[in-house]
Amino acid sequence: MFFQVLYWSFRPPFRFGLFMRSMEFVGVGSLFIIILTGSFTGAVMALQGIYAFGILEMEAMVGGSVALALARELSPVLAALMVTGRVGSSMATEIGTMRVTEQIDAMETLAVNPIQYLIVPRVWATTIMLPALCVIFTFVGMVGCYLVAVVWFQVDYGLFMAYIKSFMGSEDIINGVIKASVFGTGLSVIGCYKGYTADGGARGVGAATTTAVVLASVMIFVLDYLLTAMMF
Amino acid sequence: MFQVADPIIRLMGLDKAFGSQAVLKGVNLDIERGKITTIIGGSGSGKSVLVKHIIGLLKPDAGQILYEGTDMVSLRPRALSEIRRNFGMLFQHSALFDSMDVEQNIAFPLEEHTKKSRREILSIVKEKLSLLELEGIERKTPSELSGGMRKRVALARAIVLNPQVIIYDEPTTGLDPIMTYNVDQMIKGAQEKLKVTSIVISHDMASTFRISDYIAMLYEGRIIEFGPPDAILSSNKEEVQRFLAASSLPPRAIVASGGEV
Repeated sequence: MFFQVLYWSFRPPFRFGLFMRSMEFVGVGSLFIIILTGSFTGAVMALQGIYAFGILEMEAMVGGSVALALARELSPVLAALMVTGRVGSSMATEIGTMRVTEQIDAMETLAVNPIQYLIVPRVWATTIMLPALCVIFTFVGMVGCYLVAVVWFQVDYGLFMAYIKSFMGSEDIINGVIKASVFGTGLSVIGCYKGYTADGGARGVGAATTTAVVLASVMIFVLDYLLTAMMF
Repeated sequence: MFQVADPIIRLMGLDKAFGSQAVLKGVNLDIERGKITTIIGGSGSGKSVLVKHIIGLLKPDAGQILYEGTDMVSLRPRALSEIRRNFGMLFQHSALFDSMDVEQNIAFPLEEHTKKSRREILSIVKEKLSLLELEGIERKTPSELSGGMRKRVALARAIVLNPQVIIYDEPTTGLDPIMTYNVDQMIKGAQEKLKVTSIVISHDMASTFRISDYIAMLYEGRIIEFGPPDAILSSNKEEVQRFLAASSLPPRAIVASGGEV
């Protein structure tokens, strides 16, 4: 499926309108859930960090350590898991329903390639939008961390910011973004493939959706390990 | 077996198996240009599999499908896609795109395959809707339509590129008798107005004898009888007679009445 997506990506007609609609669905549609989970992840990491660093009386380091954890691991992985739940499952269900109700066959009989029309825009949109969501996740995570550490626990603002700058480099953010992009491609290809090959009516679509979410989630963790081993 | 004068499509020795289950076992059939040919057979006899071969959705394990003399089986995807523009297919459950409204469904093939302006496309959509007596439903979604209306919208979408061949997959299944009659009239009307070749898949005998110029019976993966309705009625094959006898309406009466009820 991945190679078919690549093949059909570079053949006309290019469906810019469908691509933009998919970008909106994946990106704008996931924004609220990413802000919600990102801010609470940053906040809870700050709480745990303050407790742990408090033992050593080094609470100010919480900002740097949470920033590093978010940029390198938590943002790409958690954002990808959230997008899998929301977007990957929706892709499997929507395309699976189209398959079992013969809408995909109808598209083929109308001489339109379903992979090019349905799958290519979704895969590219997720590949591009997940890194953006990952950066937003990191940013709101740090806002959550700031609120807990600086506002609530009165950690010194200057030290909080200084540790972030000294712990984290631009390559940490770039590597996280690359990870998110790979996860985006993987989860959307899995979601679309499972839907595209669904059969057996409503039960088949349900099974395709479940398998897509489970497979994509496992894929995220496995790829995360491999990419981390390669990058850091 | 009966020979047609001017075949537009020729199926020659089609074999298809799914795993160990052979569905088509050497199907030979000629489809006459500009006529309605109905393929009958019991549930699970492979009728839908056969039409999916005709339109290239499935590839046979062996055999040829000639459209105007071109073997569709050996074509590359792009060439097959070009040939498919000569076909329109009406699916059993209509298969309208449920994310689009009626107008978008019918406009879809025009937007994909022509360079017509938006105004021209909308005018063609309006014309096709009017041809099928469906004015005023452009903004409705497929879920807001009745079964019969969905069939007609699907037909409008199938004929919008002016195809040479229209394939109907069990067009009357699940419809009440009046709606069945209306769909029969729709098929006949489309054939008379558009001069297309029609292939109908059906196990509804009353409907089959009302509309068909030729009837082919598919039984255990082979065409066991083929010819005009009268020839099917007088067939001496036991499977054909058993199939006719099991139908709820007496086909001879329908043929005698010229298809009117």
